[in-house]
Amino acid sequence: MRRWLWLSIPLALLIAYPLVLSTPFQQRLGALVLLYAITASAWNIVGGYAGQVSVGHVVFFGCGAYAAMGAYTHFGLSPLVGIPAGIVLAVAIAALIGVPTLRLSGHYFSMATIAVAELVRLIVTNTGFLGAAVGLSGPTVPRNVFDLSFISSLPYYYLFLVILAVTLGITWWMTNSRMGFYLRAIRDSERAARSLGAPASRTKLHAFMLSAGLTSVPGALYAMMFGFVDPESGLGILISVKILIMAALGGAGLLFGPLVGAAILVPLEEISNNWLGGSGAGLTFVLYGAIIVLIARFQPGGILTLVNRLWARWKTPAATTAPQQGAPHAP
Amino acid sequence: MSFVLVQVIAGGLLLGAVYALFSSGLTLVWGMMNIVNFAHGDFVMLGMYVAFMVFTLFGAGPLAGAPLATIVLATLGVIVYFGLIRSIMKGPMLAQILGTFGLALLLRYSVFWWFGANFLSLPQNIVGGTYAVFGLRIEASRLLAGVVALLVTLGLHLLLTRTSLGSKMLAVAEDATAAQLMGIRPDTMQAIAWAIAAGATGLAGALIATFFYIVPTVGETLGIVAFVTVSLGGFGSVPGALVAGLLIGVIESLSAYLIGAVYKDIVVYALFLSFLWFRPQGLMGKS
Repeated sequence: MRRWLWLSIPLALLIAYPLVLSTPFQQRLGALVLLYAITASAWNIVGGYAGQVSVGHVVFFGCGAYAAMGAYTHFGLSPLVGIPAGIVLAVAIAALIGVPTLRLSGHYFSMATIAVAELVRLIVTNTGFLGAAVGLSGPTVPRNVFDLSFISSLPYYYLFLVILAVTLGITWWMTNSRMGFYLRAIRDSERAARSLGAPASRTKLHAFMLSAGLTSVPGALYAMMFGFVDPESGLGILISVKILIMAALGGAGLLFGPLVGAAILVPLEEISNNWLGGSGAGLTFVLYGAIIVLIARFQPGGILTLVNRLWARWKTPAATTAPQQGAPHAP
Repeated sequence: MSFVLVQVIAGGLLLGAVYALFSSGLTLVWGMMNIVNFAHGDFVMLGMYVAFMVFTLFGAGPLAGAPLATIVLATLGVIVYFGLIRSIMKGPMLAQILGTFGLALLLRYSVFWWFGANFLSLPQNIVGGTYAVFGLRIEASRLLAGVVALLVTLGLHLLLTRTSLGSKMLAVAEDATAAQLMGIRPDTMQAIAWAIAAGATGLAGALIATFFYIVPTVGETLGIVAFVTVSLGGFGSVPGALVAGLLIGVIESLSAYLIGAVYKDIVVYALFLSFLWFRPQGLMGKS
């Protein structure tokens, strides 16, 4: 019961945010935070819980974005129709590349996923059907509400909030299922997990497919919000990097880690872009790079891990100090 | 075989020697410490910018630029080792990957911010004109880069296999604790490995700067080339990197000539993936 009480406070804050801070900039910022939080949460399933650091998740993001825009450009359908198509496509691609790459461990897996992402980007850049280097555009003037093309960011904000809740719900359900226990066992030691009878390959593949499907949804939403997708915004390796950083900064493998990371980094990027103008684009990524290096060096568990540890220490001061007081004469 | 094809292959071999040089740095660090430097391509990019700075500030060519780039990058390698690598080596996998990835972003976008995104290049005849060797037309800059890179890579192999320093480094690679018991400092050896690896990228960068386009994001492509070379040649093997580097240079030139320049990266990446999937130990590695 107390747990639900604790959850309802941040939820109320999230619902109230765009009504209290209601300038277009603030609403757009809120929507972007939620969008990246969805993406990073989806990555978290395979990158955080299973410990398979995928740098190619932008491929699945791109699946959603291109499916949504493709449905409109080629068939005149609402981008909404593209969302399920994008999910199916992402899950299929995940199965296709997951079977060979998930056999690779650690660095090898990361490198293979980078290569897959770059390969897909290069192929799409040279494919006329997908708009080549120019990309695909959505409806310029919305025909009806199902085109999901709004001028205000407010509808996007609440749409993203619902989808974030669904994504986190699925993640929470997964972590408490048999699959979640398998995944954590695999992350800690794949060999030990295998020897105890956990079906490592199958579980990792299922996590990869689940994560891919969930990643394609924010890809489609991103394309709808911005009204277009091109190889750089839909398939660029920097998107993968952003997702990774947000999850790691907040705390990879923790339910709310990606949300915390997104809530810190997205405003940082928007503000530095706004302050520094065009020349800020480079500096933003310098800052990103510095942040990642510092997390990796000093706090690989992310901010939430640090907070949890401080919280535990503050809550039980006696437990940590008692042994020292109890043995004053020890050498 | 047509004459043009021979010309294309010769060009590929010369570029491939430079690939071999910087990839042998990656393979050395990887083999010794089991850590992958995702910033390796960006080290090469820094080497190119050092050579460019040497030219714009002093008007000097690669004769001054190459040694200076080697020294600057070797110093950076040692700093990176002591500042970052030593602590993330013991950390979880995510920290290892994030650490060098963050370094890559930091380097790439610092250069981007300072120099801008424009394509820079050194004057075309900074090394010399174009020579005709056995009827082949070869630019002096490419010839110099290829020959120096080949010699240095071979020298690196000799250093690792024929000197006591090399034996000490291999001992640390084999078992750091055992090496320590024999009076070898793993820390020092690993720092030296980083200096050599980064120095090799600096030299390679300064060498290709004479004929390559210089742009902050070039490190992304070159980094993947290094991964391909290392996975093809087998992890930790300098001779493997040499053979694989030359091979990739030739494959790249041939696919650019036969299929089209935009497809050369696609061919190389596809090759990389098929090797990771079907033969992860590389061409010359043991299964």
